[in-house]
Amino acid sequence: MTRTAPTGGQALPPAGAAPVPALPPAPGSGRLAATGRRARALGGILLSLALTLLGLLLVTFIIGRVMPIDPVLKVVGERATPEQYEAARQAMGLDQPLAVQFLTYIGDVLRGDFGRSISTGHPVAEDLRRVFPATLELAAMGTLIGVLAGVPLGVVAAARRGGWVDQIARVAALVGYSMPIFWLGLMGLLVFYGILGWVGGPGRQDILYDGMVPEVTRLLLIDSALAGDWGAFRDAFGHIILPASLLGYFSLAYISRMTRSFMLEQLSAEYITTARVKGLSEGRVVWGHAFRNIAVPLVTVIALSFGSLLEGSVLTEIIFSWPGIGSYITKTLLAGDMNAVLGGTIVVGVCFIGLNVLSDLLYRFLDPRAA
Amino acid sequence: MTDLSTRPASTRDWLLSDAPSTRRQARLGALYQGWLTFRANTLAMVGLVILIGLVLMAIFAPWLSPYDPVAQNLGDRLMPPSGAHWLGTDALGRDILSRIIWGSRVTLFIVGTVALISPILGLLIGTVAGFAGGWVDQVLMRITDIFLAFPKLILALALVAALGPGIFNAVLALAITGWPPYARLSRAETLAVRHADYIAAARLQGAGPARLLVGHVWPMCVSSLIVRVALDMAGIILSAAGLGFLGLGAQPPLAEWGAMISDGRTYILDHWWVAAMPGLAIFIVSLAFNLLGDGLRDVLDPKGAKE
Repeated sequence: MTRTAPTGGQALPPAGAAPVPALPPAPGSGRLAATGRRARALGGILLSLALTLLGLLLVTFIIGRVMPIDPVLKVVGERATPEQYEAARQAMGLDQPLAVQFLTYIGDVLRGDFGRSISTGHPVAEDLRRVFPATLELAAMGTLIGVLAGVPLGVVAAARRGGWVDQIARVAALVGYSMPIFWLGLMGLLVFYGILGWVGGPGRQDILYDGMVPEVTRLLLIDSALAGDWGAFRDAFGHIILPASLLGYFSLAYISRMTRSFMLEQLSAEYITTARVKGLSEGRVVWGHAFRNIAVPLVTVIALSFGSLLEGSVLTEIIFSWPGIGSYITKTLLAGDMNAVLGGTIVVGVCFIGLNVLSDLLYRFLDPRAA
Repeated sequence: MTDLSTRPASTRDWLLSDAPSTRRQARLGALYQGWLTFRANTLAMVGLVILIGLVLMAIFAPWLSPYDPVAQNLGDRLMPPSGAHWLGTDALGRDILSRIIWGSRVTLFIVGTVALISPILGLLIGTVAGFAGGWVDQVLMRITDIFLAFPKLILALALVAALGPGIFNAVLALAITGWPPYARLSRAETLAVRHADYIAAARLQGAGPARLLVGHVWPMCVSSLIVRVALDMAGIILSAAGLGFLGLGAQPPLAEWGAMISDGRTYILDHWWVAAMPGLAIFIVSLAFNLLGDGLRDVLDPKGAKE
């Protein structure tokens, strides 16, 4: 989360994964020139995307290599003869030069082959396909809550600067930046599940409904709604609402601060004065004029916040026994199952980087001034 | 005119003099001005007081803690907060207050080392990139951007998984994932002063690149780095606690706040204090760092101050 981002309070990434240098205004800025500029900007973004993804693979490859556990020994066992050991080493390609090993690794990952997990016995890719939708659903709900609450909060805080809503927003953000997310999760579980009994307990659904809903999207809320099984829907909703609100709170802390500062910038512009002089109501000035102009930067902030919730859900998932990618990574990590850990890291990393680039692209292509 | 008439009446006047007569007076005066600004910020002072308390707590842990933090007493396990155990006891009958007091040492160690290593690494990379320019800049900044685009917590997890759990590896992982913003910041500051006249003057005097960097560029980066570090401290604490919670930070029986929460997780529904107390400690300390950071920003970086 944020300056402290939703990872239980870590810094949110600055906007844009790898900003491309601003392009000077072309001399004969006709339509053609604008298109050319956009094409060049797009090329630059795609190039930096490719480089960043390559960097991600290189880092995971290196992490896989510095592991103090000998992967060969893990396969052949401690009592293998030197000949057996050598044969296994060659079969695993570990006798090749590092550069060749890295190229093989890239090839494998591009084909979606992350190797086999030693703790579940399945191919890692298969495991990830199973757990990823749970994380996606949780992060999406969290972002939804963060946006629905954070945007209006930020707008009102800016419109009535220094008023009580502004103060509340400030305190909420400060507390959000300082709170360990896993601890808040535990306390939430204690209060809303243990004491009040308002929400479902840990997990995605009750055992009662396990496997009852046909899998279509693997997002439980959508699947149960599609199947018309409202009992299952209510159950799933009861389970997701607390962890999602928690993530939503951290997303709110970030989104409301950003919305507020975007709005303040707009509200001090001259066109707002003009609108007021014309006699427009304050509501129309704020929502009809100023708010419409922050839509684009806001979309990029939301995309960034979604990316950090995907990452930040790791600790939350553990608290709520949520069967997502965060639980998967930590569980396999404690078992020393590096294929699974690195596969999960790559998937989260690719989503995170992809969302960063997407927010950058959205900004450049939705806002005519940025092109 | 006698000497007396020009001598300032008090230390305060000497510090606030409009016309400092020595370099030392000017420097101390600037510091004092900053302190006055900082002191006017009540919340920042609250943060400072809490943190001073934390440091004292860590230093005097052996005298402050009422019990041995690792001594188990199974007869007194999971006792609620009471006169004998102010914050209760955990599943092994250890006094939670004592463990929190001793745990402040671990927290300060992790935060202190990470907050030292990351900015220095970033300062080195950023200033070299900004000062050298050309392909050095291109390569270094490309690497920085790549690291900046990574999900930090996941990367730290993978690193600790590979290196093995432990307090030093946790520090290393947090430092490795934490340096890129500092590199960006230092590079921006370097670019701003790179062609300044005073640099040109120093160069004409025969200063080499290393001396220019260390003696003339670094000092310009320090204040914005300090602000950034202060604002990042809370994030470092939360990440470190997260690693501890996952069992990847300090190893038992060392008392670490994140790991203590993890211990209390099993008993959360019936014995809430076991997990609640260390979490409260983390919250208070990171809140204090955030308040202090905001105050420091107002003093050291007036441009970036509140909208």
